[in-house]
Amino acid sequence: MKLKGTEILLKALEAENVEIIFGYPGGAVLDIYDQLYKSNMNHILVRHEQGAVHAADGYARSTGKVGVCLVTSGPGATNTVTGIATANMDSIPLVVFTGQVPTGLIGNDAFQECDITGITRPCTKHNFLVRNIEDLAATIKEAFHIARSGRPGPVLVDLPKNVMAASTEYDPANIKIRNQESPYRPAFKKMANLQEMLTTANKPLIMTGGGVILGKASALLTEMARKYQIPVTGTLMGLGSFPGTDPLWLGMLGMHGTYYANMAVSHCDLLIAVGVRFDDRVTGTIETFAAKAKIVHIDIDPSSINKNVAVDLPIVGDTKAVLKDLLKYFEEHNFTYIAAERQEWLNAIADWKEKVPLTYCQNGKVIKPQFVIETLYKLTKGDAIITTEVGQHQMWTAQFFPFDKPNTLVTSGGLGTMGFGFPAAIGVKCAFPDKHVVDIAGDGSIQMNIQELATAAQYKINVKIVLLNNEFLGMPRQWQELFYEKRYSHTDMTYAPDFVKLAEAYGVVGLRVTKPEEVEPTLKQGLALDKPVLMDFRVSREECVYPMVHPGDSISNMSLGSREMIN
Amino acid sequence: MEKKEHIISILVHNKPDVLARIAGILGGKGYNIESLCVNATTQYEVSKIVMTTIGNKETINRIEGQLRRLVDVIQVDDLTNVESIHRELILVRLNLTADKKEQIKKAVDTNKWKVIVSADAYIVLELTGDKSQIDFALARLEPLGIADITRTGVVALDLDD
Repeated sequence: MKLKGTEILLKALEAENVEIIFGYPGGAVLDIYDQLYKSNMNHILVRHEQGAVHAADGYARSTGKVGVCLVTSGPGATNTVTGIATANMDSIPLVVFTGQVPTGLIGNDAFQECDITGITRPCTKHNFLVRNIEDLAATIKEAFHIARSGRPGPVLVDLPKNVMAASTEYDPANIKIRNQESPYRPAFKKMANLQEMLTTANKPLIMTGGGVILGKASALLTEMARKYQIPVTGTLMGLGSFPGTDPLWLGMLGMHGTYYANMAVSHCDLLIAVGVRFDDRVTGTIETFAAKAKIVHIDIDPSSINKNVAVDLPIVGDTKAVLKDLLKYFEEHNFTYIAAERQEWLNAIADWKEKVPLTYCQNGKVIKPQFVIETLYKLTKGDAIITTEVGQHQMWTAQFFPFDKPNTLVTSGGLGTMGFGFPAAIGVKCAFPDKHVVDIAGDGSIQMNIQELATAAQYKINVKIVLLNNEFLGMPRQWQELFYEKRYSHTDMTYAPDFVKLAEAYGVVGLRVTKPEEVEPTLKQGLALDKPVLMDFRVSREECVYPMVHPGDSISNMSLGSREMIN
Repeated sequence: MEKKEHIISILVHNKPDVLARIAGILGGKGYNIESLCVNATTQYEVSKIVMTTIGNKETINRIEGQLRRLVDVIQVDDLTNVESIHRELILVRLNLTADKKEQIKKAVDTNKWKVIVSADAYIVLELTGDKSQIDFALARLEPLGIADITRTGVVALDLDD
């Protein structure tokens, strides 16, 4: 059967079980939009292409499926770059379709032409320019396969207008693509090594990362930690991969990690790192990171191993497959730990927890941002999907909202993209209409994709924005306070819109909260409303995120705010 | 760790962007390509890229890791420490000026250099060899007055299959 390119695209998306597209039309994709008009495909019209990519990203992070966007050529395509780079840094599977000028005009500086495959080459897992209609179906299939296989990532497919208007035979049963999955073979010798290392270790520690969530290995990791009583810390991307309310959980490590997590890393004698890449925000100074420990690194991407941290035992493979084999191996080889020794280690950790817990002081008439987050946790009982923007509020969320399940924290970890959280929340809510979906935001970040209030209002996507408004770009301000003698160069955001009025102007409910006693009732009200709601919490202006490891310092050397520096 | 030149052989799918992807990922991560040779293999859809780069073992491992992440890369081999042969080719034009003419003819004979063009005013030599042989030849050619020269990157063949 001969089909037009636009028809093949829609059929191919159906074949990939795509439920929803986030997009924005324009000249080069009008034929595709005409086809969409005739189809049943769900499409959300965003208000800026960056919002489309973040929304698809939020959908992907919360569901584990591939997120899909459709935008036009030129500026439509370039507007996706920040979103693509965000997904790329956190290994999120996306397929981004961009319109392109007709193949005959490519290279002529045509209207709304840009070399988007060239621009996105360093920030995609792979990209394609489809030059011939005959290649279209296979390219789309391959794009989805590449996005979700191995270490996932964003794939961009550039679609010239004339290719989409051309026709060819479409035979979905006979599309052949290259396989990108590398075969996994269990490494028995390495499993034996690990068992030996675990047997001799007195102070083992698991460090869990985004790869555990992406690999759907949370249940296995949890089983392993609980069965062998190994305490667990996690990176920002790993939050939710191990229950945040489990006694073995130490919270996040790194620059704004908990005191006890950073102390445990610095004192452990065996660090089992699963699905992490040892980002500099996590390790602090490399030389002193887990200096007393042998390091085991389990990851699907061989290029991540020995990249930042030299490891003693690398195990390459999908986190789920490796952990499953390890559990089986330990079982079959009767691995046991010495309970008394382990208890000593767990006691040491308990002492650190008691000595320096995560804390803040909610007194007086000013709302503390941490108090808002804790109250949100209390009201939702943690049964919510939380997205964040980037900055102080993001770190407080990581510290004060325990995540028990994977895929429930949606945050830009690697790239640290302000403006991510709100459109991402829209994408999450599309996938989980019956769940509380809350974007915890700062007043700087929220203004970076504020236009998506219109999208939320139009489609009645009832996300809630908890705006922790301190009238500062809080994190840079914190650095200026600590490292630049309070010279607040261009971080004061006092000049801002009235966010309540702004929400109302978009048809979204706006609520303002200025007193601590209003926090709980307003959150309750906002969560209960069957509408998108922006809650503007006017919080303590110069609150800092603690603990804090100063950049370039060891993670055992933390600044604790009003407390003394403790080594 | 000791830095030295490594010869890396890369089999790739012969796609329009593949060289840009390889150059891009290495450049973007701060690695330098010293020399490069690219052509199709006996199968048109597969190309072989032979690249030389300088670094210690750790750096070379990272380079290989980055290359292997690329979707169009099929296979990456470091030929430096395996049994393999390496060749470069140079084309050299020497002008037969009155003062050098005899000296050039004598050098060509002594060194058994291969002359591929012989005109009244100049000759063109085609020389192949490994890096040290080419460098050695260049040292002898220089006093004769090189009018123009072009040098390929290294090609290498693995003998260790």
